[in-house]
Amino acid sequence: MKISHTYSFIILIVILLCCFVLNISLGSVSIPFSEVFGSLFGNIDNMTSQVIITKVRLPKAITAIMVGSGLGISGLLMQTLFRNPLAGPFVLGISSGASLGVALVILGSGLFGGLFATALISKWSIVIAASLGSFLVLLAVLAVSSKVRDTMAILIIGLMFGSITAAVVSVLSYFSSAEQLQQYIFWGFGSLSNLSWEEILIFFGIYSLGIILSVFSIKGLNALLLGDNYAKSLGLSLKSSRFIIIFATSLIAGTITAFAGPIAFIGLAIPHLTRQIFKTSNHKILLPAVFLFGAIVMLICDSIAQVPTSDYMLPINAITALVGAPVVIWLLVRQRRMMF
Amino acid sequence: MLQSKDNIILKVEDLAIGYNTKKVETVVASNINFELEKGQLIGLVGANGIGKSTLLRTLIKVQPALSGKILLNSKDLKSTSTIALAKQLSIVLTEPLLSKNLSVFELVVLGRHPYTNWIGNLSEDDLTIVNNALELVNISELKDEKCYELSDGQLQKVMIARALAQDTDVIVLDEPTTHLDMYHKAYILKLLQKLTKETGKTILFSSHEIDLAIQLCDTMIVMQKDKVVCNQPCRLITLGVFNSLFPKDLIVFDNTSGSFRVSK
Repeated sequence: MKISHTYSFIILIVILLCCFVLNISLGSVSIPFSEVFGSLFGNIDNMTSQVIITKVRLPKAITAIMVGSGLGISGLLMQTLFRNPLAGPFVLGISSGASLGVALVILGSGLFGGLFATALISKWSIVIAASLGSFLVLLAVLAVSSKVRDTMAILIIGLMFGSITAAVVSVLSYFSSAEQLQQYIFWGFGSLSNLSWEEILIFFGIYSLGIILSVFSIKGLNALLLGDNYAKSLGLSLKSSRFIIIFATSLIAGTITAFAGPIAFIGLAIPHLTRQIFKTSNHKILLPAVFLFGAIVMLICDSIAQVPTSDYMLPINAITALVGAPVVIWLLVRQRRMMF
Repeated sequence: MLQSKDNIILKVEDLAIGYNTKKVETVVASNINFELEKGQLIGLVGANGIGKSTLLRTLIKVQPALSGKILLNSKDLKSTSTIALAKQLSIVLTEPLLSKNLSVFELVVLGRHPYTNWIGNLSEDDLTIVNNALELVNISELKDEKCYELSDGQLQKVMIARALAQDTDVIVLDEPTTHLDMYHKAYILKLLQKLTKETGKTILFSSHEIDLAIQLCDTMIVMQKDKVVCNQPCRLITLGVFNSLFPKDLIVFDNTSGSFRVSK
């Protein structure tokens, strides 16, 4: 690793820490910096601030870090695996699967009645439905990927799952009440808040497993930069590395969608931003850099979304799209130099 | 005769190549027999569509042989594992690089992939081999350039350096001279010849530069519709193999100069 990269990493880590502190200092209730630090390190008199920090803001900030870094990394894995600069964590149909699961629970209650006829759908049932949905799609994709030799075919199959989901959701919404539709739409906005520490622990467990698998894929990902035939000639087992990469992405993106909803653009935009800034395709540098960038951008997006000192909470998906879409446009305009 | 047996690095016996989709078997070429010696430069020539690429793809195990045997270092290619093969055979293909955002050094380092640990850290030895490869190909000064900044000729040299860094007995190149101007065509082939002399590696390449190949190769494999001939270039000329390589209405082979002439 070059010295300039070491400096860049130190700077990124410092920025991340600053964004983290800034993120938990901002919110609808203004809490002075001294109390923020006090509650982080456990010596504080103001109980209200303590509760707000440890029960609300800290879990949200940690969620933001996991969501941002996780989506960034799974986007990076997919872009390299599919050699497609527009691939993201959800190209495998993971978010479609999750959406379908959630749609069936929320919207399906009107259609099927009886079993689902409770007026309010609990948070856990949505998490379970999203996990189940993305897990089933993942199984289907993995089954297909072991049969299909062509990596591009998997990409198309993922897209097809997306179309099927969209169709089922529109059928379901036709039969749903306005309230149910609203609840489904709200889930689609994405949300980083309202996670309990137990939920975060489960989230963290699955997320870390995915991240560890990604770290083990670094060497293979670099070989894949040369193309399938070269990678194979370098002794890489295409089948098993492809499996591990898809599995890692599914774990990370699946669990994020289950807990925070389908969060758009971060997974697509962060790897490109990182490549432009670090000017390399070497995954040994890219992977940690994407991790830090993703976390930073997500913390910033979340800080904006909560509109400091106001009671408003903008949908996180709107903010990420506002950040992400210009990046995509910028990339397309500069396409001649778009490398990956 | 016995001595020359030890010298054989790649042996092909009754090989049939082609494609096997479902129940339909398309045979591109069959009855291929040849032996390649260590440290030689071997050119594979033949008309378009005769199956040069298919033969190379079969030799590097990208596609399976229809029948027959390929022995690399006297071991059947079929039973050689991917990782063991990676340490014996490296390739340079015509397909464009997917990512040109790597530096020349980073790309050549990828050649060390079969030897490095799980995360790809380089040992002192690895670094020496990589720097050696860069020097052999005369691109040490391009080390920190990005691949998208290179010309086609430079990029080809980088890909050859990457194959050298893989430190294999055999290097197979698929049409390494396409897209290059006349000077660079000669330069690349001359470079390959130098590498066989200096490193003792066996280098097999396919090419349409028959004139150059005749001048530079130790052995040539000529693919024709009904047969595949493998011999020294001067022997092939006396045997008149090149005369029947192409339809005679446009170009004819001139035995004295060893090159093709447009018929008037």
